Amino acid sequence: MSTLTKSESGTAPKAGSAFLSVHDLQVRFRTEDGIVKAVNNLTFDLEKGKTLGIVGESGSGKSVSNLAVMGLHNPRNTTIEGSITLDGQDLLRASQKDLEKLRGNKMAMIFQDALAALSPYYTIGRQIAEPFMKHTGASKKEGRDRAIEMLRRVGIPQPQTRVDDFPHQFSGGMRQRAMIAMALVCDPELLIADEPTTALDVTVQAQIVDLLKDLQQESGTSIIFITHDLGVIREIADDVLVMYAGRAVERGTMREVLKSSQHPYGWGLLSSIPRINASVDIPLMPIPGTPPSLLNPPAGCAFNPRCAYRELVPGDKCETERPPLAPANGHLSACHLTDEQKQSILTEQILPRLSS
Amino acid sequence: MSAEQTSLTKAKETPAASGSPLLEVTGLTKHFPVMGGFPFKRQVGAVQAVDNVSFTVGAGESLGLVGESGCGKSTTGRLVTRLYEPTSGSIKYLGQDITHAGRKELAPIRSEIQMIFQDPYSSLNPRHTVGTIITNPMEINGINPPGGRDARAKELLEIVGLNPEHFNRFPHEFSGGQRQRIGVARALALNPKLIVADEPVSALDVSIQAQVVNLLQGLQRELGIAFVFIAHDLSIVRHFSQRVAVMYLGKVVEIADRDSLYSSPRHPYTHALLSAAPDADPDNAAAERIRLTGDVPSPLNPPSGCRFRTRCWKAQEKCATEEPPLIQLAGNAEGHLTACHFPEDGSSKPVGASSVPKARDAAELKPKAAKAEGTPKAEGTPKAAKAGAKAEGKAEAEGKTEGKAEGKAEAEGKTEGKAEAKTDAKADAKAKGEKSED
Ligand SMILES: Nc1ncnc2c1ncn2[C@@H]1O[C@H](COP(=O)(O)OP(=O)(O)OP(=O)(O)O)[C@@H](O)[C@H]1O
Ligand SMILES: Nc1ncnc2c1ncn2[C@@H]1O[C@H](COP(=O)(O)OP(=O)(O)OP(=O)(O)O)[C@@H](O)[C@H]1O
Ligand code: SF4
Ligand code: SF4
Ligand SMILES: [Mg+2]
Ligand SMILES: [Mg+2]
Repeated sequence: MSTLTKSESGTAPKAGSAFLSVHDLQVRFRTEDGIVKAVNNLTFDLEKGKTLGIVGESGSGKSVSNLAVMGLHNPRNTTIEGSITLDGQDLLRASQKDLEKLRGNKMAMIFQDALAALSPYYTIGRQIAEPFMKHTGASKKEGRDRAIEMLRRVGIPQPQTRVDDFPHQFSGGMRQRAMIAMALVCDPELLIADEPTTALDVTVQAQIVDLLKDLQQESGTSIIFITHDLGVIREIADDVLVMYAGRAVERGTMREVLKSSQHPYGWGLLSSIPRINASVDIPLMPIPGTPPSLLNPPAGCAFNPRCAYRELVPGDKCETERPPLAPANGHLSACHLTDEQKQSILTEQILPRLSS
Repeated sequence: MSAEQTSLTKAKETPAASGSPLLEVTGLTKHFPVMGGFPFKRQVGAVQAVDNVSFTVGAGESLGLVGESGCGKSTTGRLVTRLYEPTSGSIKYLGQDITHAGRKELAPIRSEIQMIFQDPYSSLNPRHTVGTIITNPMEINGINPPGGRDARAKELLEIVGLNPEHFNRFPHEFSGGQRQRIGVARALALNPKLIVADEPVSALDVSIQAQVVNLLQGLQRELGIAFVFIAHDLSIVRHFSQRVAVMYLGKVVEIADRDSLYSSPRHPYTHALLSAAPDADPDNAAAERIRLTGDVPSPLNPPSGCRFRTRCWKAQEKCATEEPPLIQLAGNAEGHLTACHFPEDGSSKPVGASSVPKARDAAELKPKAAKAEGTPKAEGTPKAAKAGAKAEGKAEAEGKTEGKAEGKAEAEGKTEGKAEAKTDAKADAKAKGEKSED
């Protein structure tokens, strides 16, 4: 690992220059069966008013890394290393008290599992209003009005009545939108949206994406948008980070990653997208093999047991040496294939497959 | 990941009387009472979550259920699995009326009808290991797979793309998509004949999603398992379901074979839905999405006549006064039913095509205006005040990561497989919450 940190940090912009800067982040969990290496050597920057999309395999560390930014891991069984800087402030060294001041105000998160994140004992309205009241000193009435307004903005019908509902009285997608309202109620400068639209139908999803974009335009919000839906990435992201087995395997602009991916995992992902007009008799095309264990991740490139291209790399480099996240044909990719190989595989095999 | 790997025993026999479908739902209705008033709470209205819904599902068939968030899909699923008591209508399983069947009558078929829940975390008991979560229902239902339950559970974990090493872990130690797959594995453990899958792959990346969908499809083909498949991803629904029902505000507005529905949708809402499916290729001209505008109606107080009329670009007088029946319109393929007085002509291909009538442009202008007025910036809050008051956001967030104090309390009442107890316990918890609120 130490040999690689060097080269990885070489390509990363200086920490601290961006609004949010995550540098060489590691997150480990102690479990009964051993240490889970959930996030490794993760580095990225996010400028003010920009959106970073994060995609990647289920279980690849997307939520864990962002919960680390929010300072929400339980220190008892979690070790976090590296640095996270928000607007010049070192979050990993910040006191719990300072973090509390930032959370919900300067930075807010839309949690992946809305039902688990909402309290079943309080009305939706109260859960949205409370942070607002505490933060602005608004009265109960103003808090309630604000909650109704937020519910209206996320498209809940008859918000003045539904504001008094409990979470179990909302549908899955309504809860998710209540969660979004909660995160937005104080106008955060950094918004981390962890799969905020999984429970929404496409029309409501489009409305929520519009809402977030408007917000960004008005207040210059920086957004981290985690999603599996590459169609949504296309709509909202400026830059995209692709994660696999706790690491960034690719990073570039939205167009670079979606149109000229430079990594075998990225290729697999793009090829797996179900198409609305594909033949229904042909099975969907997953990446073969199974997700890696994070207790004992494969040596070398973590993707190697599933990679169809490792024979193209001389020797056993793929099994022994971890590829650094380095520039390849315009953006960053962590793969031992040469630039020429990547480009020719992309143009000769991948792109034709996608357009067919 | 293929179905051959599984040792599910072939469904005992295909429905004897092939005349009656596996599942037959007629006029199904669910209204949730709305309480209000002070000081004594009494019913002041009802959420008309599901209203007069009818459909059938044959053995080995998959019926897709799509529609706007909050339109009653999960409620329909929960009615079918008898987690909710219907307000009216009937549910027949293999010809047997189970609409109001009691515990005893349901016992023999409980394991045959399984549900995969939309909220993975809250449907898993946080104090049980994944191993227990999957083996428990087998134990309760007396299922003894060859090789033992533990081995079977590990096998199931593997076929949904999880690691057998996860066997001893607790739900909070998993990612969102991993939890969702635990729910899938649990439902499969009981060799069901009908699975109501409520957004079973929404939290999965496209590759694992493809893996799980292929798996479910294998089960459907080889073991004849039937599905009610609720999902928002229209491509996945089309791929997985032979027939698709589109719901809007508690009603089925269109139902058809997938080819007919996707290639010649007649209901304006179906059009809007299909046009809004996002496309991952940045070079495909942002397909002309129909943005629904106008008042979002509420199930508390649905519009008269056609429930879609407040947002429909074709609405006329008649739509407000007369509810359109769900019928086979002239020009529809056999079995393609639509509920609309002034349907689209079905010849236009909405998928990827750009056939957006002009009327829509006018409608599209509306949201801008609405937006401008509806965007109160943080109410001129002084910056300084911002810093002061974040403590509670934290208190709340704490509960989230650290074992989800409340979520847990809620989930405790839930025994796997015994979903009845689940909803009841939940209702109780809620009632309590309500009291303490006053
Ligand atoms: N508290 C924990 N203890 C042990 N392992 C954990 C814990 N939380 C997460 N993990 C593991 O860390 C890995 C990363 O999890 P994370 O939630 O970040 O995944 P993700 O990328 O968000 O996936 P998904 O798309 O499914 O939500 C997973 O393999 C998960 O099993
Ligand atoms: N227990 C309940 N009490 C009161 N109202 C409820 C209850 N459960 C659901 N509802 C209401 O019934 C309507 C339909 O909810 P349902 O969960 O069936 O929607 P859905 O179609 O599954 O939506 P989504 O796609 O967002 O999950 C919603 O307005 C919801 O608020
Ligand atoms: S480094 Fe080797 S195994 Fe890893 S993605 Fe590249 S070719 Fe495949
Ligand atoms: S019945 Fe009228 S309002 Fe309803 S969908 Fe048809 S045209 Fe639109
Ligand atoms: Mg996650
Ligand atoms: Mg639902």
